[in-house]
Amino acid sequence: MRWTDLRETHRRWIKGLRSFVARRILARKCLSWLPGASLVYGPVLLAAILSAAILLLAAAPDKHLSVYSTAANYSLPIVQRDRRDYVGLLEVLDPLGKVSAKSDGQRWRLRYNRVEGEFFAGKNRIRIQGRDADLPDKFLLENGRGLVPLSSLAALLPRFLGGPVTLHEDSGRLFIGSIATHFTASLAADNPPKLVFHFTSPVNPTISTEPGALHMTFSREPLVAPASPTLTFGSKVIPSATYGEGNGGASITVSSPVPLIASFSSDGRTVTISPSATSSQTVVTPTGPNGLPLTAGNPSSPNTPSGPRRYFAVIDASHGGDDRGETLSSTLFEKDVTVALARSLRQELESRGITVLVLRDSDATLSLDQRAYLANANHEAIYIALHATASGHGVRIYTALLPYGGDDRGPFHSWTTSQHAFLSLSQSAAADVANEFQKRQILVRSLTAPLRPLNNVTTAALAVEVAPQGSDLTQLNAPDYQQLVTSAVATAIAADREKLGAAQ
Amino acid sequence: MIPRHLVIGVAVLLVAVLGMSLYAWHMRGRAAAIPGASADTRPLAPAFAGPTERATIFVAYDQDGSLRARSAQIPLPSGRQQRAEELLTALLSIYLDKTSPHVLAPGADIRSVYLVDPGVAVIDLNSAFADGHRSGVLVEELTVTSLIHTISANIPGVLKVKILVDGKERETLAGHADLTGFYDVTAVNQLSTELQPVQ
Repeated sequence: MRWTDLRETHRRWIKGLRSFVARRILARKCLSWLPGASLVYGPVLLAAILSAAILLLAAAPDKHLSVYSTAANYSLPIVQRDRRDYVGLLEVLDPLGKVSAKSDGQRWRLRYNRVEGEFFAGKNRIRIQGRDADLPDKFLLENGRGLVPLSSLAALLPRFLGGPVTLHEDSGRLFIGSIATHFTASLAADNPPKLVFHFTSPVNPTISTEPGALHMTFSREPLVAPASPTLTFGSKVIPSATYGEGNGGASITVSSPVPLIASFSSDGRTVTISPSATSSQTVVTPTGPNGLPLTAGNPSSPNTPSGPRRYFAVIDASHGGDDRGETLSSTLFEKDVTVALARSLRQELESRGITVLVLRDSDATLSLDQRAYLANANHEAIYIALHATASGHGVRIYTALLPYGGDDRGPFHSWTTSQHAFLSLSQSAAADVANEFQKRQILVRSLTAPLRPLNNVTTAALAVEVAPQGSDLTQLNAPDYQQLVTSAVATAIAADREKLGAAQ
Repeated sequence: MIPRHLVIGVAVLLVAVLGMSLYAWHMRGRAAAIPGASADTRPLAPAFAGPTERATIFVAYDQDGSLRARSAQIPLPSGRQQRAEELLTALLSIYLDKTSPHVLAPGADIRSVYLVDPGVAVIDLNSAFADGHRSGVLVEELTVTSLIHTISANIPGVLKVKILVDGKERETLAGHADLTGFYDVTAVNQLSTELQPVQ
């Protein structure tokens, strides 16, 4: 039996039960003059009320569709007809532009901005701007309200909106245009470890906990899945996090054998998950002279270990998502090679005891400003952007070619020339990395380049562009070659740790 | 019985149709053999046809990722803005040649160069230039440096350069070289030195 059948049966049952209870209450009123009547009807009434309450509480929540767009984020009810999901088309389009509808017998006309559509009750065939199309199921007209199958929205809406939409039908989520919030997760090797989520736009999830897990539920944010729905971190305290979607929302579940707490920073772009103080013996809460715990706002606590975690190095896998970067071959894009290089470099650095934040560990779209923002918010010692190319041979190390001017005003630095104060440190680090490549007899060249976001980063910043050593482009995707390159970079950075750390 | 003159008439018409078809087929083959004028998307020759001058243009070479100075006799007008346009047109004619050392997309062109005092030059590329440009840090950097250094070496007083595409600002040339800011001519000239071929 399908779930929809169960719900329908359940509704009918509740209706009958309510009717029964109402009749019994009336009967009790009528029979109240009889001695002992309450002894007969009391338990029956109580049992009926309890049953109704249990069933009402257990009723499944109504399904709804969440719509995300640049104009508005909103939610609509999904109705079921003939065991299929339907939504009101007028309600979907209403927040997005000027829309009007008119029903004429069996015909329903909809006008959105300048696009006109005609729908016919009980028919699959529709007409938009004079062109025929078919719905996967029949169109329904109920009291002047036009209902279309939920599954038809992916094909239907682009005809009205003139742009792409993405429908997650199973979870009831509709993305209009290229709106999406991506996230990365990385585990900071602290004691106890902390799991840091970086989001590309501010988020405000509902946090709930249960033994063994912390749930973050995103009902208003257009959060999209990472490359893999399950992220593993190799930690006993926080072993994994799982992304899921359902009924118009997204959720991230962080599993842990200990109680967890979540804290927000960077205007809601960063969420840090850590074991609660009571769960770990290793957490030391600093106290002031009066014995009270110190907080960030306490003036007598300059070294309070609160606030965002600092990583020594930030690795930026360039491009991603819609931005493929250079097409290296018919099946290989720059964005894929840079992610692989980033993972390899993270491993090499962490094996040398250097904490690392990878900005992009999936096929996410990150703007250049977002990359610079995430890097600067972390206050790392060095920022490394990774690129790959089919032209030339060996490796190129770039530092920023700063644009003209930059109007620094007092303590406020120009965004376009933020790198200015750190340029000599960047060039020094780039020279050391180049030396390491030379030691390993890998062809290397150091240059400046007008390559964002190097000029926006407020720490030592360099970009590494990797080309094959010979003419074989598949070498770019070969783990051996990638490790050869990343181990050279990691060795040079590890050697510069004190110099870079002093600047941090 | 079909009249004899009708049979002859139809036969003549059939022969004429067959003959014209063969002729059309023959002409089609000849037309295909001639290089199509529409496929030649190189920019037109410089509009100015006055006395030539010796100028230094900076040409990118993909083979070794270098920028090399090349001396050329170019007809140059007296106006600074027209001179800048002629210089870049001459540079583009090298890049669009069959033996180009730094291939640009077919149809790539400079729409205009504007010189604005004090010391600002604006290079407006067409969309074919940017849309068809190869992606890569060095390959894009070579193009940008070549354009800017060619102007700054021949037009004195240019301090900063802005590059537009179809009259609009664009984030990058082809995914890497930043086009959002003004290029500092001094920094680009320094970069040009870094890009000189290793002797």
